[in-house]
Amino acid sequence: MIASQTAVMARRNLLHVLSDPQQMIGMSVQPLMFLLLFVYVFGGAISGSTGQYLEFLLPGLVVQGIAFGTTQTALGLNADFQRGLIDRFRSLPMARSAVVAGRVTADIARTAWSSVIIVGVAVVLGFRFHGGLPGALGAAGLVLALGVAMCWVMAFLGVWLRSPESVQATGFMVVMPLTFASSVLVPAASMPGWLQAFVKVNPITIFADAMRGLMLGGAVVIPVLQAAAWIVGLSLVFGALTVGRYRRRA
Amino acid sequence: MSGPAIRTEGLTKSFGAKRVLSGLDLEVPAGAIFGLLGPNGAGKTTAVRILATLMRPDSGRAYVLGRDVVSQAQSVRQVIGLTGQYAAVDDLISARENLYMIGRLLGLKRRAARARSAQLLDAFGLADAAAIKVKDYSGGMRRRLDLAASLVGDPAVLFLDEPTTGLDLASRNQLWEMIRDLAAGGTTVLLTTQYLDEADQLASQIMVIDRGVTVAQGTPADLKSLAGGQVLEVRPLRPGDLAAAASVLGELTGMIHPAAEGDLLTVHVPDEAAVTAAARSLDSAGIPVSHLAVRLPSLDEAFLAITGHHSDVASEIGAALEGATR
Repeated sequence: MIASQTAVMARRNLLHVLSDPQQMIGMSVQPLMFLLLFVYVFGGAISGSTGQYLEFLLPGLVVQGIAFGTTQTALGLNADFQRGLIDRFRSLPMARSAVVAGRVTADIARTAWSSVIIVGVAVVLGFRFHGGLPGALGAAGLVLALGVAMCWVMAFLGVWLRSPESVQATGFMVVMPLTFASSVLVPAASMPGWLQAFVKVNPITIFADAMRGLMLGGAVVIPVLQAAAWIVGLSLVFGALTVGRYRRRA
Repeated sequence: MSGPAIRTEGLTKSFGAKRVLSGLDLEVPAGAIFGLLGPNGAGKTTAVRILATLMRPDSGRAYVLGRDVVSQAQSVRQVIGLTGQYAAVDDLISARENLYMIGRLLGLKRRAARARSAQLLDAFGLADAAAIKVKDYSGGMRRRLDLAASLVGDPAVLFLDEPTTGLDLASRNQLWEMIRDLAAGGTTVLLTTQYLDEADQLASQIMVIDRGVTVAQGTPADLKSLAGGQVLEVRPLRPGDLAAAASVLGELTGMIHPAAEGDLLTVHVPDEAAVTAAARSLDSAGIPVSHLAVRLPSLDEAFLAITGHHSDVASEIGAALEGATR
């Protein structure tokens, strides 16, 4: 029952995306824009060549794309509350968690779509999976799992904050420093010591390192285990917080 | 079905220090249209939200078809429909998708949900606009869709919270017609409204509440007679005739001195026959008028007519009404 209700809610959220050209462009073009700008603007300065920087950047950029993309989860859930539509759902004999679970499901599909586009274009530009097929499959799995974890974090912001403006601002203030103060864009070694300390414990760094291991064929076991621990932890904590907050609100 | 469709006992609810319901008791027989009437802030919406399981009461009990709204909330949700003050439909998808979504959430199979959606769109005159996104709908169309959305599960009990607020006259009449049809089909309807004429048009039983307590209860006819029947409005053609017209009207209606607001005189009269009488008297007094009409008193005028106070002093009004009904 809850599975089919979640599917119905996910369908509704995907219909929103499909019928909105702006959102479609946003989730397809925006990650690409980051890829092309970073590679061709910073590539030479950071790695000596754009080709080498593309290799370094792509795994982390996929992680960054997920972090930015899932802010839509927060905005979407928040909008549901604004519209009074939530009253309709709450007066139906349905599982209350299906509203949030459906949103998360749809947004994982979105992030997967963005990730496929950015990786596809990177391959055209010369990126190669040195980790082979197992690495590529592992990376795909990690993308999905990461999508789940980030969606729950954002879902919490969506039901916790009142106005869409504060959701937008808070989402940006969380995602921007976390993704920039990480190993996504440049190796941590070039940063001052105090920042390196933060970068090392930043989960985005851990996710980016795990993606690098899988996509480029480096160290895999430890970063992936660390990433998995973060993913499970974030999902459990923020999943519980979100559902709890959702039950109390309205 | 034995027993009332909706019953509450001593329902109370406060938000912080503000007491919104102070011991509401109501009973709605199955198949009736019950009007819950009151000014803004009277507690109407809170009562509906408690009955529709969206909110828990602080104390007291409420039952829908004998099911407790707190301990058997999920079971209550299976038999109710709710149309709130703000159309609770998804703006970003089509009307057809909205109704299909609700059908599926209620557990209908795909085919059944599609059929139910098409049937309701037809019944509510939305078939031509079925594929259009709801954000492009007019206010009247949204309300109709909202009502259709609350009927997907064929509920036995329907809650309508100020269903026509903000609608134009034509849309309002259309919605009234639909509500009457539903009740004729056996649905129990609990309707909240600020408008006496809406309750009068639709409800067989009316309860007036203010500040969370019951002020009066009865049939529309009971309440109207308490409120002074109807209101006669007269505007003399020449402003200089105002005092003369007022004295003619005062004489005509016997006791009540007409109220003047600008150049408009209003006076409570028992029925429409007063128009003819007023026209005759004013004519023979040589006072031409530019406006002469009767209308139902507004809720506020009803309170005013009975007590001489605005609806602030709810308990006083309650006592006055109690005395008057006996």
